[in-house]
Amino acid sequence: MQVTMTVNDTEVTREIEGRLLLVHFLRDVLSLTGTHWGCDTSNCGTCVVWMDGEPVKSCTVLAAMADGHEVRTVEGLAQNGELDPIQQGFMQCHGLQCGFCTPGMMMTCRALLDKNPDPTDAEIREAISGQICRCTGYSTIVRSVRWAAVHEAAAAQQEVTA
Amino acid sequence: MTTVQDPKFTEFHDNDQKPVGFGRMLRKEDPRFVRGRGRYTDDIQLPGMLHLAILRSPFAHARVLSVDTSAAEASPGVRLVVTGAMLAEKGLAWMPTLSNDVQAVLATDKVRFQGQEVAFVVADDRYAARDALELIEVDYDVLEPVIDARRALEPDAPLIRDDLQGKENNHVFDWETGDEAATEAVFASADVVVQEDIVYPRVHPAPMETCGAVADFDAVEGKLRLWSTTQAPHAHRTLYAIVSGIPEHKIQVISPDLGGGFGNKVPIYPGYVCAIVGSILTGKPVKWMEDRSENLISTGFARDYIMRGEIAATRDGRILAIRTNVLADHGAFNGTAAPVKYPAGFFGVFTGSYDLQAAYCKMTAVYTNKAPGGVAYACSFRITEAVYLVERIVDCLAHELDMDPAELRLKNFIQPDQFPYETKTGWVYDSGNYEPTMRLAMDMAGYADLRKEQEEKRARGELMGIGISFFTEAVGAGPRKNMDILGLGMADGCELRVHPTGKAVVRLSVQTQGQGHETTFAQIVAEEIGIPPADIEVVHGDTDQTPFGLGTYGSRSTPVSGAAAALVARKVRDKAQIIASGMLEVSVADLEWVKGSFQVKGDPGKSVTIQDIAFRAHGAGDLPEGVEGGLEAQICYNPSNLTYPHGAYICVVDIDPGTAQVKVRRFVAVDDCGTRINPMIIEGQIHGGLTDGVGMALMEMIAFDEDGNCLGASLMDYLIPTSLEVPDWETGYTVTPSPHHPIGAKGVGESATVGSPPAIVNAVVDALKPFGVRHADMPLTPSRVWDAMRGRATPPI
Repeated sequence: MQVTMTVNDTEVTREIEGRLLLVHFLRDVLSLTGTHWGCDTSNCGTCVVWMDGEPVKSCTVLAAMADGHEVRTVEGLAQNGELDPIQQGFMQCHGLQCGFCTPGMMMTCRALLDKNPDPTDAEIREAISGQICRCTGYSTIVRSVRWAAVHEAAAAQQEVTA
Repeated sequence: MTTVQDPKFTEFHDNDQKPVGFGRMLRKEDPRFVRGRGRYTDDIQLPGMLHLAILRSPFAHARVLSVDTSAAEASPGVRLVVTGAMLAEKGLAWMPTLSNDVQAVLATDKVRFQGQEVAFVVADDRYAARDALELIEVDYDVLEPVIDARRALEPDAPLIRDDLQGKENNHVFDWETGDEAATEAVFASADVVVQEDIVYPRVHPAPMETCGAVADFDAVEGKLRLWSTTQAPHAHRTLYAIVSGIPEHKIQVISPDLGGGFGNKVPIYPGYVCAIVGSILTGKPVKWMEDRSENLISTGFARDYIMRGEIAATRDGRILAIRTNVLADHGAFNGTAAPVKYPAGFFGVFTGSYDLQAAYCKMTAVYTNKAPGGVAYACSFRITEAVYLVERIVDCLAHELDMDPAELRLKNFIQPDQFPYETKTGWVYDSGNYEPTMRLAMDMAGYADLRKEQEEKRARGELMGIGISFFTEAVGAGPRKNMDILGLGMADGCELRVHPTGKAVVRLSVQTQGQGHETTFAQIVAEEIGIPPADIEVVHGDTDQTPFGLGTYGSRSTPVSGAAAALVARKVRDKAQIIASGMLEVSVADLEWVKGSFQVKGDPGKSVTIQDIAFRAHGAGDLPEGVEGGLEAQICYNPSNLTYPHGAYICVVDIDPGTAQVKVRRFVAVDDCGTRINPMIIEGQIHGGLTDGVGMALMEMIAFDEDGNCLGASLMDYLIPTSLEVPDWETGYTVTPSPHHPIGAKGVGESATVGSPPAIVNAVVDALKPFGVRHADMPLTPSRVWDAMRGRATPPI
């Protein structure tokens, strides 16, 4: 079957098997290997991408289900070569170690900040609770999201004053 | 977007201010990871690459009567189907394990655990390979499995390893350490003796990235390139050479970015060998990537020790001796990755941080019909089990004496003036100063106030527990004369080359799995030679590009390879000093090193930078007599002793009396890992290990039913902590440098995984004191805590 979707602002059309998972479509067909495959059962969240702006676990979404939709992956987080504050936050606050869960974590955290620009620690923990990180113990991920929130707020404030 | 400075976050910004050396510095590897540009094994895509999938046994113990692959071979997209019988014809059906046992690559005679490799398919894509697995017909004759280690040595137990000539039982090894008679004498005359049966259940490292490989055999060059998830690329290459007959210089093992390891990626797995065979037979690159269930049911597990602990003491709380008897479950093949002379790893440090009169351990290891492995999951070669045993039994003693567990520990610590301290089991602790570490943890936790709060809560019927553990680890194996894996001495090489413009490349034998080697090792070299970390490229994980060494596990990287990096940099600096003496026309003795340059003593105006020296070393003009051009050195570091980090952990839990759910409210961790290279990375390592500890203490267990079905075969069944099960970690530190390590660093990667489970279990047991509970086995799930509250023993594993 043929699918057409927009991935990171670019429209792509491919001939695929109907059973192909979105995670494998992104990784093996489009070579967007930033999205990872970790468990098959929707437990680990290394495969989180956005479909129409909502985080989804791409190991349990068929590529066919993304037909006609907008998909965004970690490769589409930075804009015009400038890292998203969430990416900067993860680097500044040691929110990653092996980097395997990081793309999925960042996609979820970016979506959280889009809805709730000033989340509490508890709200951040709730937002990432469907994902597993084996390295960081989560405290530094919470700090990373807070870093992004504080810096975005400060940047917005600066724009207003300017 | 504008980047702004927020004073609240200044602690996150102190890094890049410092041009060289130790201190908080952002990681050099992060820019690629946050962009999704890490390169993991499954990201490798080669032209014409095929995909491999493995058929696994559904039974724990069964004779393989026949394997019919005809339908699979006819399946669309299939290029190759291989069975154990086909491998046997090539002499490849069995491979050595890291413990001098053998393991089946593909089963020929019997399957010995659920999930064992039986056949493999190579096809055009992942899905076609999986489809074909369904079409392979295997006829099994199911045999009685041995699942409980206690059953393995019964006279009528089924024989698991009938492949081993002359093997008549399921016994793997007996091992003992310490002085049995002396220990018995102390126990016989002691005021107080406490005994407890303590189980450390089987758990799994479960890194987020599963194991896999891409094999590319070039028949013309005769060269095998293997990208694989390995923590020890050089050791793997040597073993592949020995097994396959491909000459070692024609094998290149590349360990790209690893999505976590935790020991899971130390062994050689059958899948790697299958990928190599698949590539040789098809003439194409072949990728094998296991799924999560395969990872959980077939790769290196951890723990599975059934321990009886005994402690002897005086009535006033002086600990005299510790004795233990251990039954170790090694699974179907002895795949433990431990130094050859140490079949029980470094379990001998079960004497803990205490000054004892005697100690003795007797251990028996057995085969069972469960997955092979044995040393994995950040355990520092079985120190996790040893520390759990001693810290649990010390708490049992505190319970018996009705003494505060902090006070009991403080009373029995090895004193600072006793170091180097030789334990009753022969381990020489290099350095330590335990009391300040313990006191700092108690201060940070507000220990006295916590006890008061607990008293008030108990009066109201609330269940609050405070748990303490104090650990000493032994990490950084060698030295090579005592420690080897399959004959390969545990030492590590390092090469440093300074380019003409003063930029450098350092090549390591160890391999990061997320620990940040590209940053830490650049900092070590920077500290020694004064070139900024940003100007130092760290090369690792490729056997064609790096010197030989035994790899990263047992917290070895900093103690062994870190020492190598420091010493190779000093070697380069010594040469730079000679060249500088020529440049400044003074004698070598008249120069002093001021980080980054040599200057004439007493004349700071006359100096040359390391960059100037590097250019001179490669440039035109004369060098001092006898000095070769270039500025580089290499070294193979053979540690003279292990290093012994220590730490004090305090955990506070609340238990819901209605549901028996344990909530970890606070966790204070004070670590002493000697000299601290990058505090940010150290803190991260500790946070991760503490989370492992919560998992093992409260959630994780690889359980089996009586038929040997693995009950933890997915992340729905094998529970790993999420952000909701762990608190915001509170960390502190003390610094007691290692006297023999060139920079005094001790290693920290596994400290928290080792030290945290007893603190958590001690806290839960402490909370249950009103119910008279002295011990309960991990994982302390609500049902187990509920049972403990009602005086019921924890169900057997």
